[in-house]
Amino acid sequence: MLITLFGVAVIVFFVIRVVPGNPIAMMLPPGAGEEDIARLKALYGFDKSLPEQFVIWVAGVLQGDFGTSISTRQPVLSLVLGRLPATIELAVMALVIAIVIGSVLALTGTRHRGTRTEGAIDVTNGMALSVPDFLWGLLLILLFGVLWPVFHISGRVSPALDLPFATNFYLFESVLRLRFDIWLDLVSHMFMPALALAIPLAAIIAQLLKQSLKETMHLDYVTLARTHGYGENRVITREALPNAILPTLTLVGVQFTFLIGGTVIIERLFSYEGLGNMAIDAVINRDLPLIQGIVILFALMFTLVNLIVDLTYALLNPRLRHG
Amino acid sequence: MADARSAIKRPIGPRLWLSGGWLTLLVLGAVFAPLLAPKDPLMQDLFLGRMPPFWLPGAEPGYLLGTDSLGRDVLSRLLYGARVALFVGLIAGVLTCLLGTTLGLIAGYYRGWPDLLISRFIDIWMAFPPVLFSILLIAVMGTGLTSIIIAIVVIDWTRFARVIRAEAMTQGAMDYVASAQVTGHKRIGIMLLEILPNVLPTMVVLLTLEMGIAVIVEAILSFVNLSISTDDPTWGSMISEGRVSIHQAWWVLVFPLVCLFFTVLSFSQLGEGLKDYFDPVLR
Repeated sequence: MLITLFGVAVIVFFVIRVVPGNPIAMMLPPGAGEEDIARLKALYGFDKSLPEQFVIWVAGVLQGDFGTSISTRQPVLSLVLGRLPATIELAVMALVIAIVIGSVLALTGTRHRGTRTEGAIDVTNGMALSVPDFLWGLLLILLFGVLWPVFHISGRVSPALDLPFATNFYLFESVLRLRFDIWLDLVSHMFMPALALAIPLAAIIAQLLKQSLKETMHLDYVTLARTHGYGENRVITREALPNAILPTLTLVGVQFTFLIGGTVIIERLFSYEGLGNMAIDAVINRDLPLIQGIVILFALMFTLVNLIVDLTYALLNPRLRHG
Repeated sequence: MADARSAIKRPIGPRLWLSGGWLTLLVLGAVFAPLLAPKDPLMQDLFLGRMPPFWLPGAEPGYLLGTDSLGRDVLSRLLYGARVALFVGLIAGVLTCLLGTTLGLIAGYYRGWPDLLISRFIDIWMAFPPVLFSILLIAVMGTGLTSIIIAIVVIDWTRFARVIRAEAMTQGAMDYVASAQVTGHKRIGIMLLEILPNVLPTMVVLLTLEMGIAVIVEAILSFVNLSISTDDPTWGSMISEGRVSIHQAWWVLVFPLVCLFFTVLSFSQLGEGLKDYFDPVLR
């Protein structure tokens, strides 16, 4: 895991140092002399050799110092941490939506297996899987932003609202402070981007869970539960489901990292003020320290999700628990 | 079980037909774009900005699907945009396939240190958010079709490498490979003549899917204005412009979106259809 993170750091660091645009030149007013350029370069450490710059940067990162953003001249860490909650809330909301839709589809499909209902669910899944979040986002904008405007199509929160929050976890904090007016406004901004991110994942969950449910339904212990006279619904939810969740869980973890990666373009599409939107601006502004910081943070999120999945898997799987 | 499964798999026929049909139409449209396009896709006419499509009141004759804010013909831009989309899909798809399959075969068949090295790279690649990575690469290389294609190849080779590696491992453990080794064939010969033909179906399926992904990546990059020059007609730049003027001129967004939607859906349905076709168990 650490090797992977280190690899990401190395690649990002050296790839963006090949950027042809000169960020220093863009910062200075016209007419700045050679001396000013050299001073500014020294300030950002661009005058040293690449390996030296890398060592300095890594040493800083290990101490929690990600450098200073070139375009905003603020510490990268505070910029990035300011945006991170928005992205986390969006991703988690998308995950919840995906799990709800996916499980409902899987359970319905299992309950009505072999019927037209299952066929319809399979076809819907196939469609949802083939089309990426970017296109779902655009379709949702057209449907619920223009044709039937029920949701906001850009931003995270209405600018007119006065936010009494201490952290940037607006959604979470609005519930704690019982400000349901703000909560509603946040949700009506977040719902469409979250749904766009959730649709492909929901399809995957539905497909995998349904498949493992159907396999579990043929096992002896499920038949035994039937002989106890339990109804079909109870057999599916109480007996088959706990055993069918495990294989789905591992794959959902991997897919959740794809979802986090998808926030970059979805945030852009919905002008949602999260990390991904900031990343695209950073690339356009050639803000090297900021790009590095954001990519590392994304890589860290990916690895953390994988770690959490592994731990949950160990927790839920009795064979590993007693091993 | 068997009856339920055949009930689900029945729509394969129309699925392949529909997706194949749409892609054929698209290829024809792209190839004959200069003949079919009623207008020059770059021609601006500020007096004819945001004209609606032909069935709406106020439509300008000659502009079947309306115009964008600069008065450019939407239909002509769609046709020329199909050229960019298909070109990127085809070239980037094939190159990604070549690189990924080669590395996957080497890792899966030779094992040992090449496998360790390649697998480590795959792990690192998986920790990159792909959209951010592609935008980063384009920022480094500059905009243009070549940059887009390189970015797609650099990012997506792992899709092939992961799957082909696993397949090559399975194949490499089979008796026919062992007997080829016993009869003294060179390892590279075995890899190309014995293993490769057996992973070919998987490769073709992945290639079809990859073409759809490449089309989307190109659209995303031109959406954030990092594809080719913003004047050039691409579906992504049309969508980007349509997103801005969505309340005044929905058609600028809707038509390229529909084209992109069907194209991506077709590539992936074609891939799924081929997968079923190649898989003898499902057949």
